[in-house]
Amino acid sequence: MRQVVLPLVGTVAAWRQEARALAAARVPPEEVLWSVGAASGDLFAQGGGDGTGALPRTPGYLKADESPVQVSKRALESIEAALCHSDPERFARAYRLVLRLSAGDVAWGDRSDGDVRIVLAQAKAVARDVHKMHAFVRFREVEGAGARRAFAAWFEPWHPCLERGAPFFARRFGDMDWAIATPDVTARFVDGRLRYEETREEMRPPADATEDLWRTYYASIFNPARVMVKAMCAEMPKKYWKNLPEAELIPGLVRDAEARVRGMAETAPAEGPMPRAERVRETTRALLAETAPRDALDRLAREIRGCARCGICAAATAPVPGEGPAPAELMIVGEQPGDREDLAARPFVGPAGQVLDRAAEVAGLDREAVYVTNAVKGFKYAPRGKRRIHQRPDAGEVERCRWWLDLERELVQPKVIVAMGATAAVGLTGSDAGLLKRRGRVERAEDGTPVLLTVHPAYLLRLPDAARAEAETEAFHRDLAQAARMLD
Amino acid sequence: MVKRTLAEKLSILSDAAKYDASCASSGGERRDARDGKGLGSTGGSGICHAYAPDGRCISLLKILMTNFCIYDCAYCINRASSRVERARFSVEEVVHLTVEFYRRNYIEGLFLSSGIIRSPDDTMADMVRIARRLREVEGFRGYIHLKTIPSASPELIDEAGRWADRLSINVEMPTERALADLAPEKSAQGIRRAMADVRSRREASREGQSFRGKRPAKFAPAGQSTQVIVGADGSDDRTILTQSAGLYASYGLSRVYYSAFSPIPDPARALPLKAPPLVREHRLYQADWLLRFYGFEVGEIGGRSGMLDLDVDPKTAWALEHRERFPVDVNGASRESLLRVPGFGTKTVGRILAARRRGAVRYEHLAAMGAVMKHARAFVTAPGWSPRGMLDEDNLRARFAPKPEQLALF
Repeated sequence: MRQVVLPLVGTVAAWRQEARALAAARVPPEEVLWSVGAASGDLFAQGGGDGTGALPRTPGYLKADESPVQVSKRALESIEAALCHSDPERFARAYRLVLRLSAGDVAWGDRSDGDVRIVLAQAKAVARDVHKMHAFVRFREVEGAGARRAFAAWFEPWHPCLERGAPFFARRFGDMDWAIATPDVTARFVDGRLRYEETREEMRPPADATEDLWRTYYASIFNPARVMVKAMCAEMPKKYWKNLPEAELIPGLVRDAEARVRGMAETAPAEGPMPRAERVRETTRALLAETAPRDALDRLAREIRGCARCGICAAATAPVPGEGPAPAELMIVGEQPGDREDLAARPFVGPAGQVLDRAAEVAGLDREAVYVTNAVKGFKYAPRGKRRIHQRPDAGEVERCRWWLDLERELVQPKVIVAMGATAAVGLTGSDAGLLKRRGRVERAEDGTPVLLTVHPAYLLRLPDAARAEAETEAFHRDLAQAARMLD
Repeated sequence: MVKRTLAEKLSILSDAAKYDASCASSGGERRDARDGKGLGSTGGSGICHAYAPDGRCISLLKILMTNFCIYDCAYCINRASSRVERARFSVEEVVHLTVEFYRRNYIEGLFLSSGIIRSPDDTMADMVRIARRLREVEGFRGYIHLKTIPSASPELIDEAGRWADRLSINVEMPTERALADLAPEKSAQGIRRAMADVRSRREASREGQSFRGKRPAKFAPAGQSTQVIVGADGSDDRTILTQSAGLYASYGLSRVYYSAFSPIPDPARALPLKAPPLVREHRLYQADWLLRFYGFEVGEIGGRSGMLDLDVDPKTAWALEHRERFPVDVNGASRESLLRVPGFGTKTVGRILAARRRGAVRYEHLAAMGAVMKHARAFVTAPGWSPRGMLDEDNLRARFAPKPEQLALF
């Protein structure tokens, strides 16, 4: 038997070194007795931790002329985490597993293997303990030596994992000096350098005035109407309580909770008028009151935004009214706002809007002088995870929204209207006959205004065939150019 | 008015803040203070520094800047007509508490909300001042969550997003109608408009695609979230979840929080007398997860009644209603079908799919892969296991539902 005694500080690094030496010397795992801190008294143990002593047989799974061990980074990360577990067998298990992994006897991650399973479970337990250390260390301010403020904490982790947990505090509290003492090891961070040493005595720093404020906060943020002690204890196990300043409040808070809730239930709602509240309400109403509309178009836009004639707009952000001057010679009507338009609260600002802008430019139309709007003012969609999938409005919705389109047309008084897409065609002409046969034709709106029919720019974006898309885009440009000519 | 001590203010203004369920301190930018010139770190998973006896975690200093409020929302303890004690923090006090708590490792950062005083803009400007002070003067690199006020000016929201990791605006109610009834000064459309604005700003701050095409947003890097109060109005669970699905799709929310309406001191008369069961809130969260990570759609959960089953979780409830889709063959089924098995989480499904490439997954391996076999047993087949007649049993549901209890007598 060989005995390897690992130091309290730097245990994991020492194990790695020892394990490498032992593997190089082909020492089989069952012949090593591991301990940490002080040597355990095995009568048959021999040799030191330096890998010397009689060389035992080469185990079958170690081939000659190879680097002693080769283990994936991921495996080593978990194995080293498990080395911070309190299980006394961890060093032997880790050494055995490293040899087996290296020899290909077992695949990393294979949970049907006992060693792998235990190492993964212990690595998880250590990760949890480290996480709890990050959560439950409570610093108290102490007198510092230099210009930096100094803090100290006493903490009792479940596993000897201070060295895994301390670097987090160095990253977080870089501008102050601090020390975390655990029963075995103490971490000291002074002037930006992190050091570890063996703990000589239990040293709890004296209480700190801010702790009272923290307890005040803890007691006030607790909601007595929903006591769930089990849920609390699952996440903040009692074993940590003795070093948490707020934990002393828990029994009292739980005890009084029921009476507090009963008290709330028995307090009847306020009766009668409250003059102060009435006054506040009055002022608030005045404060939130909208300014008067600038003109008729502005008034109509506000009415549209407040519309709830169908269910579409309650699911979207808000109805999007048209945009442009009134009166205007040309009015362009699309189908409905899309994702972008709904977010920006303006029509035609998304990808289809860009196609329209380009076409208007080619046709020589002044986009600023055109009134653009949609046949349906709300964005109808189906939610798909984090996206909204456009859905076509149905005939009833188009019909209901026509109310607004007609009002817009009355105010804008266009000489020509361009209807883009089938929905706009229905909304303006009332006919839902096939659009592709009618495109480029001029029909009449109810009041006799000429309506030029064309496709919707979104249709051009959806065409998969590049040549076809180009041809259709050109046709769309021609349609807009025709509209421009009709104005002259 | 009497001058209150810092402790008194803290007591009043944290008591007033506790009805906000949000506690996340995760995600967003990675920052730390390794350079020794600042304080704090963020990134990766958040840390819950303590748990209160209500089972909720405490990870942020969750306070109101003030609980004076000119709005009169029936469900809120701070409404204008409530008789609670009022207090107001100064900018310095909030900064002091945040930094001193943070240095002692009590918290991950600040979650600042506020009653509305004078005007939405005035209030938002004070909140922004606190965040700016923390970042610029104190070198604070911890987490900041600001509750934004829907009608505040765009410039203020823009600055808020620059200092804060997360912004949130509460939708409060599942329907526009309920909001109009209970919160007369708030506008559902205004709230949605504000969320749309935050999404647009976040997207704009990503401009200039990075090499991998995933550039983190500089504006509110940890995203935006919202909260809806459950049980203060008559909306059913499907209505609530429909709204959530719409919000996730529309504004890229990180989270929708559900807060079971809780009895408050000095309640308004418009409120129901009895609080909803807390388990309803729990079931809503479970259903929310099914929508986001398990490929479920709103229409599929909630059954015919539109209410989630309080006795069994929504996934099991769905499986019990759709027994013809089971048992699922662990070695042959698609990811989508595996995700629908009760007791299989996303991680378990990932492990099953990975293990299948190495060889058949046996029944006895499933528990080691993280499956909850007590739930999954009846719904899967694998070498070494067949549920046989279990699926057809009339009392299958009873295996999952809690034992009947005698009703309370009053």
